[in-house]
Amino acid sequence: MSDTFILDGDDVAFVPGQSVLQAALCAGRYIPHLCYHPEFKPHGSCKVCTVKANGGLGSRYASSCTLPAQAGLEVESATEEMNDLRRTLVQMLFAEGNHFCPSCEKSGNCALQALGADLGVMTAGFRHFYPDRPIDASHPDFLLDFNRCILCQLCMRASSEVDHKHVFVLSGRGISKHLIVNSATGRLVDTDIALTDKAAEVCPVGVILKKRVGFAVPIGQRRFDQRPISAQALDDAPRPSDTISGCAT
Amino acid sequence: MNKKLRVATTSLAGCFGCHMSLLDIDERLFTLLEHVEFDRSPLTDIKHCGPCDIGLIEGGLCNAENVHVLREFRKSCKILVAVGACAVTGGLPAQRNHLTLADCLSEVYLTGPGVEHGLIPNDPELPLPLDKVHPLHEVVKVDYFLPGCPPSADTLWKFLSDLLAGRTPSFTQELIRYD
Repeated sequence: MSDTFILDGDDVAFVPGQSVLQAALCAGRYIPHLCYHPEFKPHGSCKVCTVKANGGLGSRYASSCTLPAQAGLEVESATEEMNDLRRTLVQMLFAEGNHFCPSCEKSGNCALQALGADLGVMTAGFRHFYPDRPIDASHPDFLLDFNRCILCQLCMRASSEVDHKHVFVLSGRGISKHLIVNSATGRLVDTDIALTDKAAEVCPVGVILKKRVGFAVPIGQRRFDQRPISAQALDDAPRPSDTISGCAT
Repeated sequence: MNKKLRVATTSLAGCFGCHMSLLDIDERLFTLLEHVEFDRSPLTDIKHCGPCDIGLIEGGLCNAENVHVLREFRKSCKILVAVGACAVTGGLPAQRNHLTLADCLSEVYLTGPGVEHGLIPNDPELPLPLDKVHPLHEVVKVDYFLPGCPPSADTLWKFLSDLLAGRTPSFTQELIRYD
């Protein structure tokens, strides 16, 4: 027997300590998300997983990846209002960088692109910034294309928490915040990043690219070419039947 | 039989890839031609737009002539459609937007590898380049947007067949692509 909260009118079981997003994924319910990664501490920065929650203090908007599940909490997620907000957030992420999908080798494996398509984003929405962000091809095994960074900080978190290397950090504040490489020269070749690092595989967009494997899987046969990100996320989510899932049963 | 709808198409700062994708609807072209006739378009070589029901525009705006043609289309077409990545966001030509126009011209025509005795073209017949490349909706009202480089034949067909049937065009997830 476990506690439940209400997600879009249905009861969802949770284990105390779980976030609304974690419990929803366990229950096979998709809430769109981008900077959340099950292996890392929730970050709450991209806001794509925002839901409307009605708790003791009245109705408010909260990131479901950091919102603790509570018994009786009423959560709205799959509503036109919330998906409209999410479409706007995706458009803003596209507008801030240079996300030119036709020339990106991550196309089809990119979470931002897949999220846009799944949410039905058809327009630019905002005037694009077209920032000037030179690439870093210094490393023999990696190409860094900063044009596509969405500041999710997954590479930072992976490099510090898992690899214990601190290869990636953010610099600047507000609109000038950007990803940099933590070496004296600022170039990736002068770090100890390795192909086997967690940071090398965690980028949801096309910033951290392994050289010489870009088109090993052709466009059309990639992760989100086969299934929308909503279906893929549920396939990847833990199940209550898994022994170490952490899901409510 | 109802009167056929008039359709105009053009490529501004585009590569004609979206037009190729339209031709890729293959035998469905016969069905399309039962319902539409083409006005100004590379398919007819008509030079100026008459009154039209639908205008399909590929490519963004990179020079003064693009803006002129876009305004003619907006004036003539009841429904204006931005077709493809370049029309929707600026696309490939807009990849020059983080550089100055002077730097682009000088790299291409004066200082680039292999250029000798270079000269920046300055014939009065040439349309003036815009300082930055713009998507269509920054200059005129656009009624529908079809992303993709190019939008697939199936996406274009779904859009046109919905529109011809009087339905609001709608797309399943697999018909929406940005590459």
